[in-house]
Amino acid sequence: MSIMIDKNTRLITIGITGKQGTFHTKQSQEYGTNVVGGVTPGKGGTVHEGWPVYNTVKEAIKTTQANAAMVFVPPPFAADAILECIDAKLPIIICITEGIPILDMVKVKGALARSPECRLIGPNCPGVITPGQCKIGIMPGHIHLPGRIGIISRSGTLTYEAVGQLTARGIGQSTCVGIGGDPVNGTNFIDVLDMFNKDPDTDGVIMIGEIGGSAETDAARWIQKNMKKPVVGFIAGAAAPKGKRMGHAGALISGEDDTAAAKFKVLEECGITVAKSPADLASKLEEAMKAKNITIRNK
Amino acid sequence: MNVHEYQAKDLMRKFGIKVLKGEVAKTVEEAVKGAEKLGGKIWVVKAQIHAGGRGKAGGVKLAKSLDEVRNYATDILHSTLVTHQTGPEGKKVNTLLIEEGCNIASEFYLGIVLDRNNSKITFMASKEGGVEIEEIAHKNPDAIIKVAVDPSTGYQPYIGRLLSNALGLDAVQAKEADAFYKGLYKLYTDSDCSIAEINPLVLTADNQMIALDAKLNFDENALFRHPEIAAYRDLTEESAKEVEASKYGLSYIELDGNIGCLVNGAGLAMSTLDIIQLHGGNAANFLDVGGGATKEAVEQAFRIILSDPNVKAILVNIFGGIMKCDIIAEGVIAAAKAVSLSVPLVVRLEGTNVELGKKILNESGLAITAASDLGDAAKKVVAAAKGA
Repeated sequence: MSIMIDKNTRLITIGITGKQGTFHTKQSQEYGTNVVGGVTPGKGGTVHEGWPVYNTVKEAIKTTQANAAMVFVPPPFAADAILECIDAKLPIIICITEGIPILDMVKVKGALARSPECRLIGPNCPGVITPGQCKIGIMPGHIHLPGRIGIISRSGTLTYEAVGQLTARGIGQSTCVGIGGDPVNGTNFIDVLDMFNKDPDTDGVIMIGEIGGSAETDAARWIQKNMKKPVVGFIAGAAAPKGKRMGHAGALISGEDDTAAAKFKVLEECGITVAKSPADLASKLEEAMKAKNITIRNK
Repeated sequence: MNVHEYQAKDLMRKFGIKVLKGEVAKTVEEAVKGAEKLGGKIWVVKAQIHAGGRGKAGGVKLAKSLDEVRNYATDILHSTLVTHQTGPEGKKVNTLLIEEGCNIASEFYLGIVLDRNNSKITFMASKEGGVEIEEIAHKNPDAIIKVAVDPSTGYQPYIGRLLSNALGLDAVQAKEADAFYKGLYKLYTDSDCSIAEINPLVLTADNQMIALDAKLNFDENALFRHPEIAAYRDLTEESAKEVEASKYGLSYIELDGNIGCLVNGAGLAMSTLDIIQLHGGNAANFLDVGGGATKEAVEQAFRIILSDPNVKAILVNIFGGIMKCDIIAEGVIAAAKAVSLSVPLVVRLEGTNVELGKKILNESGLAITAASDLGDAAKKVVAAAKGA
């Protein structure tokens, strides 16, 4: 019932001995994620909070058969850590770190283009969760409910908002993916929409975008052509002034095309059910499902 | 982070990009002395502010004598320039750049940005120099050529050939232009720029290429490895409150409404402004306390919000993930007591430790309006601001 991660995921944390790395690895493990170890250069061979620590990602994979990594490395060194994960051919790399220099990410993006076997989620994101099975990231696990609605979002807390609204109505989630608020990121809306489209256990999707860039409009056009399942779209930043970076590095209106109004318009033109208010994410999802005669169920 | 034209030109010189000789002046006397030092018969007096559109606003003047330099410097220095980029309040001029003149034959646009669509460093060039690139893009998009740079190869000579060909340069001019392309690319990548722009790039009557204006913007996330560029930061160009907020790890942007907002997470903070607007109100600010804010940071956030005299009500909207609701509740109470809060406060808490957070607020004895969800919170705070 999921995309990307499930109960077979074997997680290592890069930067596991740091304060944040330790805290969130513990939280993920308590949620049920199979944490098999971690990497901190120079601390290889030690045991941290019960997890074996390795010097390199390759070494960690060889010993633990890890197939996913959560990156908690400080911004100056985070891109290097991601590149090491790509070099080690890890299929799922989830980077939580906020504040990575953008030109470092340009290099990472180049490496990803040459490594189709690797998928990077983030950076500057809350991570990915498949409720009831596996949590990789900093989201509060307890608000989630296993089910069949997928969520993709550029924002962390706004994803929690969507999850909270769904769970309050008894509607569960298949997988929730935070793709991050940076202008250069590993995975975009279309990549995730494609996976939800193919996932037999996802019935509908909530897509949460924001001002800046054209990822949402590109996704809307892709949805119009390819998506078989109902999609609800929301764009944050309708009240944002032009030329100001709204917290996220990528949330910046620089032209007429990347305002919330322009994006909402394209979403509507492409047949996507639009939630104009962030309080209506779950109710609009119910509407969209009803319009397509799909019964909402969690199993 | 923005820098001034004179700082951008200092950097460009280091990367082999030809700019005019200039002198920086903070007083009228310095301006006149600078002009004397430069020599020649014509000078350009240029206001140094972090905004484009200076020429149209009267911030760039051609002087044909030292007396004219003195007069223009007197007019421009300490004046407030209002351009389409400054907002109606304008920007005060604290510094002038006095430059030698030059004889312009033609003007081009040359810039480097990061193209978000393909995540590649991308050159942009146009024959229509001196006009803003956004304007060209809007009116005549075909007049702009874009060349993306492959991150694994970096700048290659063919990129220069494509650009020069599009600009219609002859062989001699193209050879000179190469130094600009290469230099600007190296400056962009070595210094972690987010925008590097030469507009106009001019060809003089004696066939020389010169960067007549220079605009550089830097990735703030990369300033840790460029202390010499970080030193260019001019705090007088930034909002004092935004600078103050950043000291506590708060992301704050001042807006013109009357509802103060304290939210965790950039996306939720943005949509809080949106939902206030949907309910007929207007936010006084954007404020993201971040994921791991402490009690002290919440208290500072309150102080900054309340330093805006327009604020008639405050909405605290927290969906706790890493951020625990009880920590926020304690911060809110400490802040409300410390600043003797006099405006209505609406609080919406959700997520980690929400019950404990609500209990702390209930037992505080403070007049707090609790909201059950996002919509309810917006409705209540808009009503409170109108009633005040």
